[in-house]
Amino acid sequence: MSRALHAEWTKLRTLPGTGWLLLGVVAVTVIAGATVSASLSCTSSAGCHPDLTRLSLTGTDLGQAVVAIVAVLAAGGEYATGMIATTLSAMPRRTTMLAAKAAVVTAVTLAAGTAAVLGSVLAGWLILPGQGYTPANGYPALSLADGTVLRAAAGTVLYLVLIALLSLGVATAMRDSAVAIGSVLGLLYLFPIFAQVAGSPGVARHLQQIGPMTAGLEIQVSTGLRHPPIGPWAGLGVLAAWAAAALLAGTLVLRVRDA
Amino acid sequence: MSAAATQERSGTGTEQDSFGRLLHAEWTKFRTVRGWVIAMVVAAAVTAGVGLYAASGPQAGCQPVTPSGQPAGPPGPCHPSVPVGPGGEAVSDSFYFVHQTLRGNGSITVRVTSLTGRYSPNGGIAPGPDPAKNFVAGIQSWAKAGILITPGTRPGSPYAAMMVTGHHGVRMQDNYTQDAPGLPGAVSAASPRWLRLVRAGDTLTGYDSAGGTRWTLVGSASLAGLPAAVQAGLFAASPAWVSGEGSGPSEATAIFDHLSTPGARSAGGWRGQNVGADEQQGSLPGGFHQAGAAFTVTGSGDIAPTGPGSVLPGKPADDGLVAAFAGLIVVIVVGVMFITAEYRRGLIRATFTASPGRARVLAAKAVVIGLASFAAGLIGAAPVVPFGERLLRYHGNYVFPMSALTEVRVVAGTAALLAVAAVFALAAGAILRHGAGAITVVLALIVVTYFFSVPLAVLPAGAADWLLRVTPAAGFAIQQYVPAYPQVNNAYTPQNGYFPLAPWAGLAVVCAWAALALCLAAVLLRRRDA
Repeated sequence: MSRALHAEWTKLRTLPGTGWLLLGVVAVTVIAGATVSASLSCTSSAGCHPDLTRLSLTGTDLGQAVVAIVAVLAAGGEYATGMIATTLSAMPRRTTMLAAKAAVVTAVTLAAGTAAVLGSVLAGWLILPGQGYTPANGYPALSLADGTVLRAAAGTVLYLVLIALLSLGVATAMRDSAVAIGSVLGLLYLFPIFAQVAGSPGVARHLQQIGPMTAGLEIQVSTGLRHPPIGPWAGLGVLAAWAAAALLAGTLVLRVRDA
Repeated sequence: MSAAATQERSGTGTEQDSFGRLLHAEWTKFRTVRGWVIAMVVAAAVTAGVGLYAASGPQAGCQPVTPSGQPAGPPGPCHPSVPVGPGGEAVSDSFYFVHQTLRGNGSITVRVTSLTGRYSPNGGIAPGPDPAKNFVAGIQSWAKAGILITPGTRPGSPYAAMMVTGHHGVRMQDNYTQDAPGLPGAVSAASPRWLRLVRAGDTLTGYDSAGGTRWTLVGSASLAGLPAAVQAGLFAASPAWVSGEGSGPSEATAIFDHLSTPGARSAGGWRGQNVGADEQQGSLPGGFHQAGAAFTVTGSGDIAPTGPGSVLPGKPADDGLVAAFAGLIVVIVVGVMFITAEYRRGLIRATFTASPGRARVLAAKAVVIGLASFAAGLIGAAPVVPFGERLLRYHGNYVFPMSALTEVRVVAGTAALLAVAAVFALAAGAILRHGAGAITVVLALIVVTYFFSVPLAVLPAGAADWLLRVTPAAGFAIQQYVPAYPQVNNAYTPQNGYFPLAPWAGLAVVCAWAALALCLAAVLLRRRDA
C-alpha cells in the first residue's frame, strides 16, 4: 500500500496543473468570500446577513468547483493519456490503486481546504467589522474559539474532502474527465437551482435534503433559520453517502471493465 | 451509405456543395457516437422530468386532510380569485369608488387639496372597538387618488384615470399597465392639483393644472368599445406597505372639491362602493363624505398589474423550465467533446486533411451541434409549460396567465438558449483543446454565475443584476414573461424571476458570447497546428 501511495503521490505531484489548481482552491475560496463580504454593508437592518460564519465561508460555493477539477483530473487524466494501462500493469490490485488515489487526493484537499478555510475566516474577521457587523450592532466578532464557528470551519474542510472523493469516484466510474466534471458540477449546482423554483415548499425542502451541496453546506449554518432542511452533521452525512456511492461505482467499474 | 460515399468522392463544384458535404460529415460523426446521441435524449428527458417534478407537490395548507393527517381528496385552490385585465395580465383591482353613471361625451374635473395615509407596520387590523389602533401615519409612495372612468365596477374592467400619488406626482394611468407622468411634487392645500378627464367616443384624454386655468395634456387612452353609459367619479387606493422586515395593510385619504361633470348627462346621485372587496381582506373598510361639491374619500388596495413578488402568492406558468439547466449542462458537455474528442483521438488531423478550410469545419460543427441541441431543448421544454401549469394549478397554486404566443416564445427561446450554449461550448473546446477545462469554464460562466446571482441570494441586488447582464447566464431572461412595471412597488428581484435585461436582449448576450468565442476559435484553429 505504501508503494501504491508513493506512486500516486508522485503522479499527482508531478502533473503540471496540480500545484496551480490547489493554489486556485485557496485563492478562489478566499477571494470569492472576501468579495461577497465586502459588498454587503450592514447599514440598515434589512441589508444585514444574519449569519456571519456562513457569509465568510461563502467562497466554498465556488472553491469546491476547483477541488472537483483536481480530483477529476487525478483519475480522469490517466484515461486521457493512456497512463491508466501503465498504472494497472504496475499495480494490478485495482481497489488498492483507487484507495491510494483517494488517500492522496484526501491529503492534498485537506491541506488546500484548511488553508482556504483559515484564509476565509481571517478575511471575514478583517472585513466584516468594517461593514457594520460590529458587536454594537449585535454581531460578535468571528472567532474560531466559538464552538459553532469551529464546527463550521472544520466541517467545511471535511466538506471539501468529501467533494474531492465524490469527484474521484465519478471520474473513475465515467473514465473521462470531461463527462466527469460535467456530472459533478451538475450534481452540485442543480439541486439548489431546482429547489429555488420548486412548486411547493415540501418539494424544495426535499431537494435541499438530498442534494450533496445543499445538504453538505448546512455544516456552515450557525444561526438564522428556525427550520433548516437538515441538521449540520446529518447534512455532511448525506454528502458522505454520495461520495461513498460514487467511490463504490468507481470501484465496480474499475474491477469489471478493461482499462 | 455507399451512395453517400460515392457522392462525396465525386463531389466537386461549388462552395455550397462542399459545405453541404462538411455538414454531412460532421453529422455522421455526431450520430455515430452512441454516447452523444444518448446524451441528447437524456438532455430532453431530464429537462421534461425535472421540470414536471418541480411543479408537483401540494402547497402547505391547500390539501384537505383527515383528522389523522392523511390526504382526503384532491387539493383545491387556496388563493383569492385574481382579476385579469384587458391585456390578459393578472391585475390588482381594488379601491374605494364614489361614482355615478355618465352618458355620452363629456368631462369630469376636480381639485385635490390633500392626500394623506396611514399603515400598519405590525399587527394589522386590531380586534375590538378601535381597528386602526396599530396604524401609524404615512403615505405609500404609489398610493393614488383622483378621477376614474370605467365601463363597469367588475374587477379587471378597462379604465382610464387621472390621479395624484404619494411620491410620484400627478399621473395618468389606464388599463393597469399604462402610466404617464404629469405635474411633479406632492399635493397640499397650498399647492393643490386640478385633474380633468375628457371623454370623446372611445378616447379619454387627461389634463392637469396647478391653478385650474392653464391646463396641460398628460396623456390619452383609447378604451375600445366603451359603452355610452360609463361609471365616472372619485377614487382612492393605497397598496400594502412592504419593506424588508414585512408588510401590512395601508389606506389613503384624499380631499377633493370643485367636482363638476359638464357636458355629460348624469343619472342618479353619487354612490360609494368598495370595488374588489375580496382583495381587501385585512384592510380598513374605506368610505366617503360629501358636502356639496367637496368630498373626502378613503380607500385601500391598488389598481395595477400584479406578478410574482407581489403580496399575491402565485407562480409563473413556466416555473419548471429552470429544469433546462439540467439539459444545458448535458449539451455543454457534448458541445465541448464534439471537438476535444477529435483532438484526443487525433481524428482532427484526418478532418483537417480532408477539408483544409478549418473555419468551415468549425462552422459545420456549430450547425450540427446547434441543431441537435435545439431539437433536444424543444422536445424537453415543450411539455413543461402546459403540463407544469396544470400541475401547479392542481396543487392549489395561483398561476400568472401566459398567452399561447408567449408560451411559444418561452419554449422556443429555451431551446435556442440550449443551442447557443452548445455552440459556445464547442468554441470553448476549440480554444482550450482540453475537455474538462473547457467544460468547467463554460459551466462556471453560465451555471455557477446563475447560482451565485439567484438561488444563493447573498450578493447585493446591484451585483447580481450586473452578473445577469454581462455573463451568458443573462440568456435565462428568455423565460421571463411577467414584465416589471416601474409604477408598481413589487419585489422585482431575480429570485422572483425578473431579469435586468429584456427576454431577447438576454438571449442576444449569450449569442454575442458564442459569436466572439467562435471567431477566436476560428483564428486560433488557423494559426495553430492541429
